Amino acid sequence: MSAIIQVNNLSKEYREVKAVNDISFTVNRGDIYGFLGQNGAGKSTTIRMLLTLITPTSGTIELFGKNLYAHRKEVLQQIGAVIEKPDLYKYLTAYENLSLFAKMSGVPVTEKKLKDQLEQVGLTERAHSKVRTFSQGMKQRLGIAIALIHDPQLIILDEPTNGLDPQGIADIRNLILHLSRHLGKTILVSSHLLHEIELIANRMLIIDKGKKIMEGTVAELVDPARTMVHLEVTNPQEVVTWLRNSRWSSCLQEQHNNIIQLQVNKPQVPELTAELVSAGANIMALQPQNSLESYFLSLTTENRHVDTFTN
Amino acid sequence: MWTLLQIELFKIFKRPRTYIAFIAIAAIVILIQLALYLDGYTYIGFLLQSIERFNVEGKILNGYFVCYFILQTLLIHVPLLIALVGGDMIAGEANMGTLRLLISKPISRSTLLISKFLAATIYTLLLLIWMAILSLMFSLLVFGSGDLMVFQSQVIIQIPQSDVFWRYLAAFAFAAIAMTTVAALSFFLSLFAENSIGPIVAAMSIVIVCTILTTMDLPLFLSMKPYLFTSHMLGWKGFFDIQATTGNSAVPGSIQNLPGILRSAVILMVHIVGFVTAAVVIFRRKDVLS
Repeated sequence: MSAIIQVNNLSKEYREVKAVNDISFTVNRGDIYGFLGQNGAGKSTTIRMLLTLITPTSGTIELFGKNLYAHRKEVLQQIGAVIEKPDLYKYLTAYENLSLFAKMSGVPVTEKKLKDQLEQVGLTERAHSKVRTFSQGMKQRLGIAIALIHDPQLIILDEPTNGLDPQGIADIRNLILHLSRHLGKTILVSSHLLHEIELIANRMLIIDKGKKIMEGTVAELVDPARTMVHLEVTNPQEVVTWLRNSRWSSCLQEQHNNIIQLQVNKPQVPELTAELVSAGANIMALQPQNSLESYFLSLTTENRHVDTFTN
Repeated sequence: MWTLLQIELFKIFKRPRTYIAFIAIAAIVILIQLALYLDGYTYIGFLLQSIERFNVEGKILNGYFVCYFILQTLLIHVPLLIALVGGDMIAGEANMGTLRLLISKPISRSTLLISKFLAATIYTLLLLIWMAILSLMFSLLVFGSGDLMVFQSQVIIQIPQSDVFWRYLAAFAFAAIAMTTVAALSFFLSLFAENSIGPIVAAMSIVIVCTILTTMDLPLFLSMKPYLFTSHMLGWKGFFDIQATTGNSAVPGSIQNLPGILRSAVILMVHIVGFVTAAVVIFRRKDVLS
């Protein structure tokens, strides 16, 4: 499997702030690669470096086996990107915007191709409307049409579902899956919404505070041994005291008002419940969380958890 | 480059704000023409009151005179209109969020920047052509032709009708260089902002401050004048300084200080090259965070 993106020890510093800190990852041909992290984690900075908007402080980027900066024009011809919200020329129509960026893509694009592309994203009827009259979802779809117009091999989508309604989010998700499954595109998609990435990506990278936390397949990361359980009780202090002195003490993660968070092996949940009841816990609710989300939160807020239960 | 230039011009002329400058110039020129048409001789009488025993043959209030009057008034203010577009070229894209999209395309940053500057220059030239059509051609149409009387404090210069038109062509060509300098300045400032208001106001402020320093004849300011580009922007007036014989007759086709005019033109062109080169160098290294 050939690598489409190969990033090695990439860093970006702004004075004393390390926005991206020594990140390395590989995206293979045909991947839908999820790039996951909370807001401010360094996702957009990394994507901007992949698109030559920002110059790295150190590290190397190879796209399609070529050094990005040495072969910038050649490499960028094979990339389509939507960077954060797609701000387009509001005083131009959808067709004019698409046509203008198609001319810049370095690949000849016919009028039929322009119309087909607008049809693919469902904007045929609004082709000659000014973009200023578009909803966020329509702008997003037009942004994707612009990213795809020159038939790129690699598509980079930075937070593509931001600001969209549920239908819009589903449409973008289906489009990404279609591009991957039917057209064989390689896709790098960033998001802070874990379930979105979980639904579409086959591999993912989690970053936090500019650092790589984990890279792997979704299946690898969804570990049943790391199920997070939200326990809601009416007597939280007594329950926490009991938990600290029990064999479950290492599972204790965080307490916020009446909610206690525990990380346990999923098959052990019934056992835990029975012991809690025996110990006098007044349980209002006990809810195992999405395992990957729990894992993501436990990784990206690890330090906060330690503080909570070591003081 | 040609495709990019076409795209930039397309974007400029699709924006309603582009036409504000054309409308403003048309409004001012037509208002001045109307005022002179209705009461121009009162104004000329006021100009001539300090000069005794001066007999004028022919029609003083003609198209050439009106055009000179308009240029004197307007060429100080046109830079403000040019800054509207020049200051918006990069900062406007950053503000709209389209700059990142442009830079992620397979185009070199230098090519992108130069095509943007060329588009701003073409806009500037079109604005001057529009001004020339209205102030010269339209004035000639309405007021007719005649010798040009140029009033300079206590001196009146009379340029024969047959010797005037080429001077206007040269003056507009010089004005094109001067206005392109303003376009280059505002374009350069446009690099450092993510909102076009900043560079537009900054460019206007620089032009206004330098123009004030240029026009005030105080000893300190006089020593600064040669270094202010606004001093050289007034070089177009030199084309109307005709040489005279010892008998005080005008020498047709002559210019009193051609080397001075050429020197000013070169200095302005050096400014243009300097601003654009600096813009390219900075832009090539700039992180696009907008």
